[in-house]
Amino acid sequence: MNANSKTENRALASTVLELDVNNHAGVMSHVVGMFSRRAYNVEGIVCMPVGYEKNGLKSSGETSSEISRIWLLVNEDARLEQMIKQIEKLEDVLSLRRHGAEHEVFERLEEFFH
Amino acid sequence: MAANSISNQKEMFMTSKRSEILTGAQIVVRLLERQGVRLLSGIPGGAILPIYDALSQSTQIHHVLARHEQGAGFIAQGIARASGEVAVCMASSGPGATNLLTAIADAKLDSIPLVAITGQVPKSMIGTDAFQEVDTYGLTIPITKHNFLVGSAEELLEVIPHAFRLAASGRPGPVLVDIPKDVQNQSIEVSDWPAPGASDPAPAPDAVLISRAAAMINGAARPILYLGGGVVHSGASGSAVALAEKAGLPSVMTLMALGAMPVDHPLSLGMLGMHGARCTNLALDECDLLIAVGARFDDRATGKVAAFCSQAKIIHIDIDPSELDKIKTAHVGIAGDVKAVLGQLVPQVEAILRKPWLARVADLKATHPLRMPGIDDPRMPYGLIRAVADCLDDEATISTDVGQHQMWVAQAYPLRRPRQWLTSGGLGTMGFGLPAAIGAALAEPQRTVVCFTGDGSILMNVQEFATAAEEVANVKVVLMNNASLGLVFQQQTMFYGERIFASKFRGMPDFIKVAEGFGWQTLDLDNAGDPSSALRAALSLPGPVLIHASIDRHEQVLPMVAPGAANKDMIGG
Repeated sequence: MNANSKTENRALASTVLELDVNNHAGVMSHVVGMFSRRAYNVEGIVCMPVGYEKNGLKSSGETSSEISRIWLLVNEDARLEQMIKQIEKLEDVLSLRRHGAEHEVFERLEEFFH
Repeated sequence: MAANSISNQKEMFMTSKRSEILTGAQIVVRLLERQGVRLLSGIPGGAILPIYDALSQSTQIHHVLARHEQGAGFIAQGIARASGEVAVCMASSGPGATNLLTAIADAKLDSIPLVAITGQVPKSMIGTDAFQEVDTYGLTIPITKHNFLVGSAEELLEVIPHAFRLAASGRPGPVLVDIPKDVQNQSIEVSDWPAPGASDPAPAPDAVLISRAAAMINGAARPILYLGGGVVHSGASGSAVALAEKAGLPSVMTLMALGAMPVDHPLSLGMLGMHGARCTNLALDECDLLIAVGARFDDRATGKVAAFCSQAKIIHIDIDPSELDKIKTAHVGIAGDVKAVLGQLVPQVEAILRKPWLARVADLKATHPLRMPGIDDPRMPYGLIRAVADCLDDEATISTDVGQHQMWVAQAYPLRRPRQWLTSGGLGTMGFGLPAAIGAALAEPQRTVVCFTGDGSILMNVQEFATAAEEVANVKVVLMNNASLGLVFQQQTMFYGERIFASKFRGMPDFIKVAEGFGWQTLDLDNAGDPSSALRAALSLPGPVLIHASIDRHEQVLPMVAPGAANKDMIGG
């Protein structure tokens, strides 16, 4: 491995973020807006409802789950720590967990993209 | 008999919890009343008319009819900044909502608790490019703490108290509630009312970190206390002054914190940063410990960050954990309400005289004081500010617009009381001063509110002259007129080779006539033989008064740190 590819690897080092959020129409905008307004690219997004087990804002007429999970694949960047703190402040974000790039959620999705 | 009385009691209980059929609009107004809202500002329009109809029946809420929604937003800000309580503004959909945006963004940057309520087109028409439809929810995501698009009248019972709770909790800020017209008109049965939304208690701060901070303060040779707007929001001014006095800490304030410590307190070094006194920025450059309390290391305060307090260790106390390590990495970062943290910190710091350091600071103050040319001449900027201050006591509230006049007032006005000072710090919004002053004057009618402004800023919300006259608000506007955008003119002079462009006004209104046209009383200082006594007379008139004073456009705010330069490299002053 030469110095160049090491630098490249560092530049491309990525992180997987796992967020439990209230499931309603605006949540994705709140989360993704944190990144877009800083010109911080999100490489991958997956979101699915997961259940009712936690306290979220009840909204009437809603037939889907109250809680969703958002998986984000983002490049490591000096701004990431600040990003995480900002996401944790969002009212609809119930919890945030940080995983290394080795997390398989996006790897296993790859077959749908090739 | 016994059974009868029980059933009677039951009946009485049922009556007291009698359910009512109410519309969403009536529910909103009832919830605002239950929150204790007695004053709000807004402008009606098609999509919010049901709420206005319900509001017309309220005997508790006084509605202030602004003349532009941005004015309504800043009137609410004036109420919130002066009182410390959550304030409310309202607007209709579309342009009503977009006109509110600047005031909401301003509240976000200065952490002002606001609940903005907007009407929206009926749910069935959302997304159809309906008349006066705009994506208010989407537009306000980045400029609010949180926002809601309400889907049903039932949801209002949860959302409205929640909005107040969020606006007031932790680091305060604006919350927007967008309510489609059909939700306002939807009737539901209401039997139980939610508790009013109140601020959540902040999590207890880490005692170990507080002890570590105390040890650092006790061991420091040249510490400085750096107070920010959070000290005012938290009601911690007394604790901050107590800390400074006990530990012998020279203290600087951000623009937002002015008044948290009286600026003429012996330990005060006044405002730091771009237009701070030389002694203030030089003392910061020498400090070995910086204790930041409710401050966020804004670029106008720090100048070039790498050169800011470069020899100092940093203690950073803030209620918002995301502020810790955002700009400067803290050696000790304490997340918590600053009043609670200071309450625990003060008993742990040693009473120290710090003679050498205080002597050094006194030396810096003597050799590099803030120079205020013309301080004794009411026809000069500093002199006018001083002359106004001489007519008032600390009960007066001072608002400003944005520009040279704002910085001169920040430098020269003897602010001595938290919430005495209302200014747009983070967003720097020209047009803030007049409506904010109106809000403050209506919230605290016992106070005289003086708005210092410029001829550029005043025109940005000049329509609120009508609101002030209608409300007979005790607002005195001091207009420093240099027929230019003074701070732009100054920067073009200093940094753009004197290529003056688009900063000198060629067409100037007659401001005295303008104000008189709105029903204001006026004083033109330019024609006053004895400006000091004319000022005193004008400031003691009841109701709104415009005081007009021409100043030279070549007057500059000095010293000045060039944008991006280190604070120790000041120009002038």
